[in-house]
Amino acid sequence: MDAFTTHRGLLVPLDRANVDTDQIIPKQFLKSIARTGFGQHLFHDWRYQPDGSPNPEFELNAPRYRGASILVTRNNFGCGSSREHAVWAIQQAGFTAVIAPRAERGAAVIPAFADIFRNNSVKNGLVTVELSDAEVEELLQLIGRFPGLEATVDLEHQRVTIHLPEEVSFHFEIAPAVKDHLIRGLDEIGLTLQHEAEIGAFEARHHTQAKVSDTF
Amino acid sequence: MAQTLFEKIWDRHVVRALPGGAALLYIDRHLVHEVTSPQAFEGLRLATRRVRRPELTIATMDHNVPTDNRLVIQDPISKAQIDALSANCREFGIQLYDLQSDQQGIVHIIGPELGLTLPGTTIVCGDSHTSTHGAFGTLAFGIGTSEVEHVLATQCLRQTRPKTFQVEFTGRVRPPMTAKDMILKLIGTIGTAGGTGYVLEYAGEAVRALSMEARMTMCNMSIEAGARAGMIAPDDTTIQYLASGNRPFAPAGQAFEEAAAFWRALPSDAEAAYDRTLTLDAAQIAPQVTWGTNPGMVMDVTGRVPAPDEVPGYSRKDVEQALAYMGLTPGTPLTSLPLDVVFIGSCTNARIEDLRAAAKMFQGRTVAKGVQVLVVPGSQSVRRQAEAEGLDRLFREAGCDWRQSGCSMCLGMNPDQLTPGQRCASTSNRNFEGRQGKGGRTHLVSPEMAAAAAIAGHFVDIRTWSGR
Repeated sequence: MDAFTTHRGLLVPLDRANVDTDQIIPKQFLKSIARTGFGQHLFHDWRYQPDGSPNPEFELNAPRYRGASILVTRNNFGCGSSREHAVWAIQQAGFTAVIAPRAERGAAVIPAFADIFRNNSVKNGLVTVELSDAEVEELLQLIGRFPGLEATVDLEHQRVTIHLPEEVSFHFEIAPAVKDHLIRGLDEIGLTLQHEAEIGAFEARHHTQAKVSDTF
Repeated sequence: MAQTLFEKIWDRHVVRALPGGAALLYIDRHLVHEVTSPQAFEGLRLATRRVRRPELTIATMDHNVPTDNRLVIQDPISKAQIDALSANCREFGIQLYDLQSDQQGIVHIIGPELGLTLPGTTIVCGDSHTSTHGAFGTLAFGIGTSEVEHVLATQCLRQTRPKTFQVEFTGRVRPPMTAKDMILKLIGTIGTAGGTGYVLEYAGEAVRALSMEARMTMCNMSIEAGARAGMIAPDDTTIQYLASGNRPFAPAGQAFEEAAAFWRALPSDAEAAYDRTLTLDAAQIAPQVTWGTNPGMVMDVTGRVPAPDEVPGYSRKDVEQALAYMGLTPGTPLTSLPLDVVFIGSCTNARIEDLRAAAKMFQGRTVAKGVQVLVVPGSQSVRRQAEAEGLDRLFREAGCDWRQSGCSMCLGMNPDQLTPGQRCASTSNRNFEGRQGKGGRTHLVSPEMAAAAAIAGHFVDIRTWSGR
């Protein structure tokens, strides 16, 4: 995968919470055995009308957001199915980063991204930025007010900068291992295979309880 | 030091610690299906890598499978995906339960049936409902395709240790309420992200009283609360299940006794601490019905469709969107919603006990006019068992469609789909927009509730329903 350091691009809002992976890429597009060709089907059921033409009411179809590469959405993005096709579709539609809020509702905390989706994103170099509720609220309002608003996601400094005459920037947290992985664009399998001897030694002492069945 | 069930399993699978707090975790069983694996096998080929432990990898086809004539796949793209799995399994030496196999079925249903799912092991699969296997005291979770490739190549995963969350169900769930009502109640309580970052452990008297199949229903939907894994400590119920039936991959004889001794040591220690705990009274749980577009939008069957500003945890806009999609007006009693389709199936509720419970409701009754009912057993083994017990006859005589096994209308990758606007009572796990077919409106319920709804033509409170 490609290494990520900083990215500057157009922001687009998707003002919905709990966007599940069935919405991101509906099941009829999961039949492909290829890793490409998913971008045109991103958010298919929202993005297109029954006759196949673009749905003018869907945010991402507005001309002002054409070419956007940073998606700003609400909490629990990517919940549901483990389909990595969701990440592929987002990237292949031209997105480099997704920004969502860690929402706090009383004592409960609702993370910005679902676990499996976030994991899948890291493996593919899609950056998931978790901001606070108030910061995303502000960001969505700014996008509404300033057509063509761009931002820079700076992974090294863990900062999102909004390009306005008076710049606004937000700091974000990211696990050190994830940050390192994204910045270096690592091949995880290659890394793990460097520990092959250790895996072998582990296997020699570990009982998997596996029984090769008579029917094997 | 006192440990939880999860911690005991995690610790014995750590190959090494990795920089940044992650661990290289060993995987005992890798289950593979046709949808999330082709790109992983292609990745191996491109890097000229092999499958490290093909004998720990088991494949089946379930998502794309037609449930009427399963040997004729009309959709050429579905067929290509199924053929790709066959070719990949041949090339890499992986055992495949294909459409000709009499043990084929939904991957999370055949794993336990075959004895592949054992307490104390780690199981992964490129499918979020892998959490099902946690019912055995197994650490089991769903992964993406990159991780599928990683496990194929290394038999390990790089994982950050999740936090622990104990959910205790006190009292006893009262029939006709089921494990489905318990888990829906939990999701409604903590929300669809309430378990994100945690492994759930279900405990308490009400959980101990559940059968293995009911425990699988409960663990299956852990992911709908955001938790990648849900677990239940192994006990006599678990061990009896593993000792019974034809389970070719389970240990036998002396090996079984030794394994059982190990399994009995797995439950959480009495003093073990969790990062979070929650207690729910199972005796207070009523039949649950989802009204919205995620499994957390759920209420008692006696409820009315909520107004946009009266749903805790959701913005007004979220609820408005859900109600618009579902075609619902606030204040409408759930029991007055007319149904078009009833789906009894999926990895959540298509085991033999689920079919028995549904069939019993249909005995001497018929499906309401205008309602289409699809009954899809979770595996060919379940199908055979149901037919041996005459359940298929009860379904057919009532007017249901009795099908071959597969994922079917849970996600509609095969031809079993809702059409726009159709309202469906479903025993599956997700009521997302378009999940069962574009424009389809899904309400999640238990098999008993689904069957009663099929007969009445609308939801009924099965606690008081006379069946007429």
